[in-house]
Amino acid sequence: MKLLRINAIAKKELIQIWRDPLSLAMAFMMPVILLFLFGYAITLDVNNLSTVVYDRDKSSYSRELAAELRESGYFTVIGNVDSYRDIDRYLDSGKAQIAISIPEDFSENMKKGEDTGLQAIVDGSDSNTATIALGYLSAVSELYSQRIKGSRIDPLIDTRVRVWYNAELKSRNYIIPGLIAVIMAVIAALLTSLTIAREWERGTMEQLISTPVKTPELITGKLIPYFLIGFIDVAMSVLMAVFLFEVPLRGNVFLLMTLSSIFLFGGLSLGILISVAAKTQLVASQIAMVVTFLPAFLLSGFMYSISNMPKALQLITYIIPARYFVSILKGIFLKGSTLKFLIFETLLLTAFGLVVFALANKKFKKKVM
Amino acid sequence: MLERIKQMVIKEFIQVFRDKRMKAIVFVTPIMQLLMFGYAVTTDVNNISTAFYDLDNSYESRELARRLESSGYFRILFSPESPLEIQELIDKGKVLCAIQINRGFSEDLKRGISTEVQVIVDGTDSNTATVAMDYANRIIMQYTKDIETKKIEILPVKMDLRTRAWYNPDLRSKNYNVPGVIAVIIMLTCLLLTAMAVVREREIGTMEQLMVTPLKSIELIFGKTIPFAIISFFDMFLVTAVGVFWFDIPIKGHLYLLITSTAIYLLSVLGIGLFISTISRTQQQAMMATFLFYIPAVLLSGFMFPISNMPEIIQQMTYANPLRYFLVIIRGIFLKGNGIDILWPQMVALLVLGSVVITLSSLRFRKRIG
Repeated sequence: MKLLRINAIAKKELIQIWRDPLSLAMAFMMPVILLFLFGYAITLDVNNLSTVVYDRDKSSYSRELAAELRESGYFTVIGNVDSYRDIDRYLDSGKAQIAISIPEDFSENMKKGEDTGLQAIVDGSDSNTATIALGYLSAVSELYSQRIKGSRIDPLIDTRVRVWYNAELKSRNYIIPGLIAVIMAVIAALLTSLTIAREWERGTMEQLISTPVKTPELITGKLIPYFLIGFIDVAMSVLMAVFLFEVPLRGNVFLLMTLSSIFLFGGLSLGILISVAAKTQLVASQIAMVVTFLPAFLLSGFMYSISNMPKALQLITYIIPARYFVSILKGIFLKGSTLKFLIFETLLLTAFGLVVFALANKKFKKKVM
Repeated sequence: MLERIKQMVIKEFIQVFRDKRMKAIVFVTPIMQLLMFGYAVTTDVNNISTAFYDLDNSYESRELARRLESSGYFRILFSPESPLEIQELIDKGKVLCAIQINRGFSEDLKRGISTEVQVIVDGTDSNTATVAMDYANRIIMQYTKDIETKKIEILPVKMDLRTRAWYNPDLRSKNYNVPGVIAVIIMLTCLLLTAMAVVREREIGTMEQLMVTPLKSIELIFGKTIPFAIISFFDMFLVTAVGVFWFDIPIKGHLYLLITSTAIYLLSVLGIGLFISTISRTQQQAMMATFLFYIPAVLLSGFMFPISNMPEIIQQMTYANPLRYFLVIIRGIFLKGNGIDILWPQMVALLVLGSVVITLSSLRFRKRIG
């Protein structure tokens, strides 16, 4: 390995990137757009459920219950209906997500102190929202019946709930650190997966292999400029996360950047490996999509928790580097983890990077096919 | 004209499939995507890893542990001996939830004195945390009620909440997700193939050869898009079949409606692919532009995050997203068995959007090669 030759390749690649300002701009826009989307546009918190009320009782009690629902902030009563057929229509067309039916004898029973039924019909097609909606509803109705009872008898078991690390349960706080990992994986894949295939397709590879440059020098030289772009992207994302979205960064910034570099090295090497193996850009782009982008998004535990996946899929997640990087980022951001807690993840990421880099070197042939 | 388009389509198919790996890729990648999405995207919360810190060690506390576990929501993995251990278990991410029973729990219960149960959840994943808290509350509440009924004779007023979930009675998240996944996969495959295949012709320089042939530009556009429409349609059938037979997702509506609306949907996706090809010079640019469009399109479609939760401006933006309409259609057909009487507004919107996009892209495409 000669530093001079690595330097030359890196310089050539850098000039090539510089002459393609559109790609470069997109490489920097990607994290910004994604962070904005997740920071502002998207929330997993369930609020403002569109609700219809079928009030067959029409008493002050039932109206009070409806008011209580509205004031909880979870339900937005968009209309009152007069028949089950109407409920049907609302739910079928998706205008309402939940319908609450209050029986005729509701106030009667309440006054007499007898049990009374309350019916809720939810659109179960989005099971997550439905589960949360039912949880809210049972909480609201429980509170209401306690209030009507007047004398607040203390419940026999008083459940005290405490939430650690993310006390306000803001989905933004746990999504954004994980998102940085996903952005990095996507960027790494997009940037490097075409770089070798492109040279083959355009015929410029023949020029490169006629030079004395050796395989590891070529690959290292190609990695360097993309590593710089990726590193700037990480720094930008972290700054945005902390200052714009006010995600608490409880751990060490230096540790964060070091571990990010290790991850980037692995991700970019994987892109190169795909590029070497695919030879054409069309094939490389398809492989990159299935091997890097989707696993980083779906199997990294970034949004969907791994423990809920089937066993076989859980095993696959062990070979997804983004999985380790997501837990590193969440750990450093939210828990303030130190290297001691993250040693396992760090070692695996390092091993992954080295193996993939070696494979890319091995697979690359300095020969005209 | 038809003859020339036909020749062009044949040429395109030969070109795409000359690389033998493309054959496999075009059909294998959608299935791999479906399997990944289908299994990974589950928002059902089960088997929450739990630490049970029992200071009381009585029949009552063990009964509560048994109930937590038999609910299927909690899996008690650890019985820590100290609060410090709880801290460590949660810090290391070994458990998501810790439940602490204080000394005197059974004593208090027997005497009918209010007692305390401490529930600690790891809030890093707020969704799971909310659901876990809710489950823990419900189970403890039920336990309290059962104890109370044994003891107290006069029941306090209680509301008995009877809930029913329509369309998806077991609240299986798969039923909701898989139809959406189909829409998302078709979009990515179609976009990426169309955009890159057109740009490749330009990058390698064969576009100039095409331009010296008697092909008119409109024929060129048809010839370039029809093969990818066919491939996307085929992929659509493939993933739908896997969805129905492998994931057991019922199709309650009509198949012909699904086919018609897929055709309308592909119109706008092909249009966007064509548009990306007109702004890109290299395949690298085409690939990045595709993802730059695709990721926001998926996130702002209602695929994973309900649109009604988004800020007003963003909600307005989603009206320009073809995926938004197609998701309503495909979910409606799969889950609710909706007919055209309910879905026509979405179909009309998609048709208008598709016509506009494909016309604009074609005009731009003609100008570029002219």
